[in-house]
Amino acid sequence: MPRTFVTIDGNEAAAYVAHKTNEVIAIYPITPSSPMGEWSDQWSSEGKPNIWGTVPSVVEMQSEGGAAGAVHGSLQAGALTTTFTSSQGLLLMIPNMYKIAGELTPTVFHVAARSLAAHALSIFGDHQDVMACRATGWAMLASNSIQEVMDMALIAQAATLEARVPIIHFFDGFRTSHEVAKLEQLTVEDMKAMLPDELIRAHRERAMNPERPVLRGTAQNPDVYFQAREAVNKYYLAAPAIVQKAMDRFAAIVGRRYHLFDYVGAPDAERVVILMGSGAEAAQEAVEYLVARGEKVGLLKVRLFRPFSVEHFLSALPASVRSLAVLDRTKEPGSAGEPLYQDVLTALMEAQVSGRLPFASMPRVIGGRYGLSSKEFTPAMVKAVLDELAKAQPKNHFTVGIADDVTNSSLDYDPDFSTEDDATIRCLFYGLGADGTVGANKNSVKIIGEETENWAQGYFVYDSKKSGSITISHLRFGPRPIRSSYLISRANFIACHQWSFLERVDMLRWAVPGGTFLLNSPYGPDQVWDHLPRTVQQEIIDRKLKFYVIDAYSVARETGMGTRINTIMQTCFFAISGVLPRDEAIKQIKKAIVKTYGRRGEAVVQKNFAAVDRTLERLHEVQVPGRITSEKDLRPPVPAAAPEFVRNVLGKIIEGNGDALPVSAFPVDGTFPTATAMWEKRNIALEIPVWDEKLCIQCGKCVLVCPHATIRAKIYDPRRLEKAPPTFKHAPARWKDFKDLAYTLQVAPEDCTGCSLCVEACPVKDKAQPKRRAINMEPQAPLRESEAANWDFFFQLPEFDRNKLNQTQVKDLQVLQPLFEFSGACSGCGETPYLKLLTQLFGNRALIANATGCSSIYGGNLPTTPYTVNPEGRGPAWNNSLFEDNAEFGLGMRLAIDQQARYAADLLQKLAPQIGENLVSALLNAGQDTEPGIFEQRARVAELKKKIEELMPEANGSSLLYRDLLAVADALVRKSVWIVGGDGWAYDIDYGGLDHVLASGRDVNVLVLDTEVYSNTGGQCSKATPRAAVAKFAAGGKPAAKKDLALMAVNYGNVYVARVAMGSSDMQTVKAFLEAEKWKGPSLIIAYSHCIAHGYDLRYGLEQQKLAVQTGHWPLFRYNPALAAEGKNPFQLDSKAPSLPLEKYIYNETRYTMLVHSKPEDARRLLAEAQADVMNRWRIYEQMAAMPGAPVEATQGGN
Amino acid sequence: MPVDLATTYLGLQLRSPLVASSSPLCKDIGNILRLEDAGASAVVLHSLFEEQIQLESGELDRFLSENAESYSEASSYFPELGSYNLGPEPYLEHLRKARESVDVPVIGSLNGISNGGWIRYAQMMEQAGADALELNIYFLPTDLELTSQKIEDAYFDLVSHIKASIRIPVSVKLGPFFTALGHFATRLDSAGADGLVLFNRFYQPDFDIESLEVAPNLVLSDSDELRLRLHWVALLYNRIRPDLAITGGVHTAEDVVKGVMAGARCTMMTSALLRHGIPYLEKIEEDLIDWMEEHEYESISQMRGSMSAQSVAEPAAFERANYMKVLSSYTLKPASR
Repeated sequence: MPRTFVTIDGNEAAAYVAHKTNEVIAIYPITPSSPMGEWSDQWSSEGKPNIWGTVPSVVEMQSEGGAAGAVHGSLQAGALTTTFTSSQGLLLMIPNMYKIAGELTPTVFHVAARSLAAHALSIFGDHQDVMACRATGWAMLASNSIQEVMDMALIAQAATLEARVPIIHFFDGFRTSHEVAKLEQLTVEDMKAMLPDELIRAHRERAMNPERPVLRGTAQNPDVYFQAREAVNKYYLAAPAIVQKAMDRFAAIVGRRYHLFDYVGAPDAERVVILMGSGAEAAQEAVEYLVARGEKVGLLKVRLFRPFSVEHFLSALPASVRSLAVLDRTKEPGSAGEPLYQDVLTALMEAQVSGRLPFASMPRVIGGRYGLSSKEFTPAMVKAVLDELAKAQPKNHFTVGIADDVTNSSLDYDPDFSTEDDATIRCLFYGLGADGTVGANKNSVKIIGEETENWAQGYFVYDSKKSGSITISHLRFGPRPIRSSYLISRANFIACHQWSFLERVDMLRWAVPGGTFLLNSPYGPDQVWDHLPRTVQQEIIDRKLKFYVIDAYSVARETGMGTRINTIMQTCFFAISGVLPRDEAIKQIKKAIVKTYGRRGEAVVQKNFAAVDRTLERLHEVQVPGRITSEKDLRPPVPAAAPEFVRNVLGKIIEGNGDALPVSAFPVDGTFPTATAMWEKRNIALEIPVWDEKLCIQCGKCVLVCPHATIRAKIYDPRRLEKAPPTFKHAPARWKDFKDLAYTLQVAPEDCTGCSLCVEACPVKDKAQPKRRAINMEPQAPLRESEAANWDFFFQLPEFDRNKLNQTQVKDLQVLQPLFEFSGACSGCGETPYLKLLTQLFGNRALIANATGCSSIYGGNLPTTPYTVNPEGRGPAWNNSLFEDNAEFGLGMRLAIDQQARYAADLLQKLAPQIGENLVSALLNAGQDTEPGIFEQRARVAELKKKIEELMPEANGSSLLYRDLLAVADALVRKSVWIVGGDGWAYDIDYGGLDHVLASGRDVNVLVLDTEVYSNTGGQCSKATPRAAVAKFAAGGKPAAKKDLALMAVNYGNVYVARVAMGSSDMQTVKAFLEAEKWKGPSLIIAYSHCIAHGYDLRYGLEQQKLAVQTGHWPLFRYNPALAAEGKNPFQLDSKAPSLPLEKYIYNETRYTMLVHSKPEDARRLLAEAQADVMNRWRIYEQMAAMPGAPVEATQGGN
Repeated sequence: MPVDLATTYLGLQLRSPLVASSSPLCKDIGNILRLEDAGASAVVLHSLFEEQIQLESGELDRFLSENAESYSEASSYFPELGSYNLGPEPYLEHLRKARESVDVPVIGSLNGISNGGWIRYAQMMEQAGADALELNIYFLPTDLELTSQKIEDAYFDLVSHIKASIRIPVSVKLGPFFTALGHFATRLDSAGADGLVLFNRFYQPDFDIESLEVAPNLVLSDSDELRLRLHWVALLYNRIRPDLAITGGVHTAEDVVKGVMAGARCTMMTSALLRHGIPYLEKIEEDLIDWMEEHEYESISQMRGSMSAQSVAEPAAFERANYMKVLSSYTLKPASR
């Protein structure tokens, strides 16, 4: 079978070979490797076989630790087995990796290499994770490009079978895993030729088999462990040659030749840079450029990092080498040098000592770090490194690509140095997440790669927001292979798909002179110029850009495409770029449309066709006037009133200049201020809610459900209205006790995402026009300025006295300040209203341990973070440790607080005579079950601190005790510890930890934001996924029922448990939060959270929550152990018996209906089973709720 | 000698005038088998709605695409399934299965929204084995600019095009709301329609006056609704070429008798079967035979059209005179004080 060219990304390239050459694949989702598992699962669900004709079994585990265990077992039982992972996931596999290597078991783990969570989490690429595995005994093979990913995946598979040394095949997360590029696809015949049957048979013969039983996993003692451990040595000694042999066989079969170390550059090079991974591609560009200009430089690409073959390493370098720069894409603080640097030094030193050094003299070696967390690594930086080598005293242990102004480690580089091939066309596309730009560009790369002779590359950059995100597509194509593993900074073509970006992003700074600018503009070619910001006008003139406009949204509207402008802009790109003749381009675009959307129905295909056909007549070139006419310019990223750190650091990140920030700009330990999201005005809502103060009954439901805390209420002294802006609305407060006060419901117009949940929550209808509510969506643009002024006035109105409010009432809750606001969560998010409620009730004394996932990303992803402070400066203290440890992390916080409180109490008792018995007694016996009680205790602690300050100077011998008491005094105020995470965390990866924490009896509150799927990584199945729902790894509909985590927790008896759904009963939700917090033992709240991964218009999220409850899918209950102490039944059922069939709820959601379309028979069967689940569970709950209270004393937590 | 229930409709030989009309009942092959067992002489399948196909396709596309490719950790939120069966294929497959499963004629039902859709799907149904096609022109002219002439012209064109595109017989299911139904029926005749089905029952929303919402509400028909059908069938019988069928309000054997007497070749039922279950059809047939025997009718054909405007002694009863007579016979009950 001839090989074909395909245009795919690195993940697909690796998965293609892995799926074809394995029998069992055990996986767990983690960015950026998740797509490898998803591809494998999809291919297996489609019945695609491996090269031996069987369909691989793909199983999703509960964690990477679980996946590694399953892989180990499967290997031991004789199946060819693999997995895919990254970052912390790989770290969780390390224990098993020692076992797998120790047992000389052939396997390949494909790793999209990613940063590790240290001072901060990062999903992006570097080699920290694989370098953490150096000691496991695994071989490490690096791929530098998408083609190499496919090739090395096969070479690794072949080599491990012969060498019996397991191999980590790694490539750079995102830069390689997500780059789309043209490559030659290996065939089944290639794979068969590379994998001899006898090696596979040998693997199977070593398997555990009762027909020929053996025993592995012995425990050994000091007498033999050491020798037995050394018994593997010959395999490691042989491994490099075996890998090279596989590379040679591959070259014979396929034609592409690789070596353990590949040298590129001048044969007489004196300065050589050594590295591995995608950076080597940029380095090759730089070296070839410099060699062509006569420089004696070279590059050594390390492919097999472990086992490190000194012999192969030395022989790969030219004898002329005088100095070497070793670049590591990792950081090992405190080490003598990073791993590759150390290995190179060791190799050279050994060679010298043994007299095998192939150079005239020992080369000078320097080491440096580059590219952490996908930091750009360009030919300019490579040149800087090579230039450094030429210096008499080159800097060692340097960094490159950043400005280190603290320890001065960084090398300067010339950002204008470029090796871009003039024959390569470079294009940038700025799109909105929801407009389909990236998808269309992926299709464009495929079209160019597969339908023309050109080579093509696509790389896609996203901001960190889940709503209104900006996407930047980087496309290169040209007649020669593309090695440019870095972002485009000299673009021939720039397209702006959203008008609003013009005032936020200076995108034309990347345009080359004479380049092209395509703008999706509501203004035609004759009007658009005057509406552009000055900077944009200036750049168009200065760079002599050709300028085109199209009103893509009007074309989209007319052709039924809604807001999807992707195929329209794609058509413009092809028409302008001329990469294909227009007719041919349109033919290919339509072909791609059929391929992408054909399965979704003819109607979808036809409307896309219509959009393409209507595009060209609406594309116009603008005659550039040649003079600046605009009076407006780009908006500053944050207002001038923002704090200095926000302006100088976070503001730079917001405007896209984070790369320019020096080391000194950052905190040394990952500590950031809260209350920063308020400064990032994103202006992403097309429509915002507008209050009708005459209709409003001031119930507060809209405030409660707003996911982004952008609709707020205050009651205040009406005299303050004297200074109100002219359009500021208000009404008399409809509270019996505050009827003399004024009430305002105000929207933050520049923070609202336009989800409309508030409008749907509004219970009021205009009697004459029922379509009107007390809040109604209206276009944002005309209201922006006036409402922004109103918001500013509203914001400075004083917060109302919390102690005057009844916190059990939703109406009163609306007045409590949320300490979680303006997050980057999805528009209409179902999770964030619960978090906001948490902060309204307890935020001023809350510590939050947040599991990794959606809530940690919208909760803690830079540039700005949504947790904020009240006027006294108090607010949630928040931290994210990991995904797999969050319950334990939160428990640790509780332990620390309790310990400090005990110590404070001890000190108080010791120092009571000096401090005063009355104050000490009040502090020690304070009732803190209510908020007023806590406020009183705070006042006492303040008094205590003041007293200590007075006493300290005279304390002499007791001063240490006073200082200690001062340090721990805050612990005397009751803290509220919240452990927050999603269902993937609670039901799967940290279930064991959660169970242990619930069993601990400690006073912690667990909030599970249950979206019934791994939302953050793209909708993978968890044990919370309900039966019949389609999710990744449950493409046929989940066959098993959702785990009843709540009931499992109830079994402990001393755990407060509530299942809540705000959309069904806000009162019950509020009660549950208050009761959970009041209970001095462990509490668990499982909160129904609608999610984009459910597949419906989230403005109806609350309605779906109601249906979830009415159909019995989500029965509401509270299990309050405190009631048991009163002889009452602690189990209270808060919803009625199912009154609607389940299908009335589930068939409003794509996750269920896609199965109805795809496999109707299966859907019917699963629906019947899911309906039975509902009824069976209800019967159990009903019985539990009907049980009489037992005379049992409640366990009040503690030890 | 047993009574002869046989009739013909659209050129199809039917063993009785009892036909299962187009309804969700026919979505299930088991129900179709049960209908045949209970004596249905033909089955009209539920309608293939072109608009629904488009809607489902659009919704699926929207929710699969909406949040895809916009966030670095998740390029999509759903697995890509092999096929979604969103075109007419599931319907056609059902039609094929129905055709294979029963001996009685299976009539496809189609509701299109575009000319291309109507014709394409009509051809597909023919190829899938439909014995005939019922055009379910379920259309509410809510556009105030749209004239009756335009609507009738569109119907005419549609029927003409479809007749030109397929060979199987074509009936047209109409609503009662035409200014000149008689004339319009003759136009459909000239367009080539083989049958007219009178009348479609339009969805009539109710109001929820507590929530101030328009509430979807499905109300089953009753025998009172038969009269409008009887009236028009009786008026049209023997004056136009297409076969006439009654749907809506057929609940008893007496209703069937009335329908046939008005001139219908068959009477179609849904509400009665939804209310009483499919076996109820057997009872209607038994009652029909009993009635015919009791009244010494030999055959359905003997009965057909016997009460049509052309056959009755007082055809004026179908016209305005009847209206006046009824009104004058109606007396108000004295108001109680």
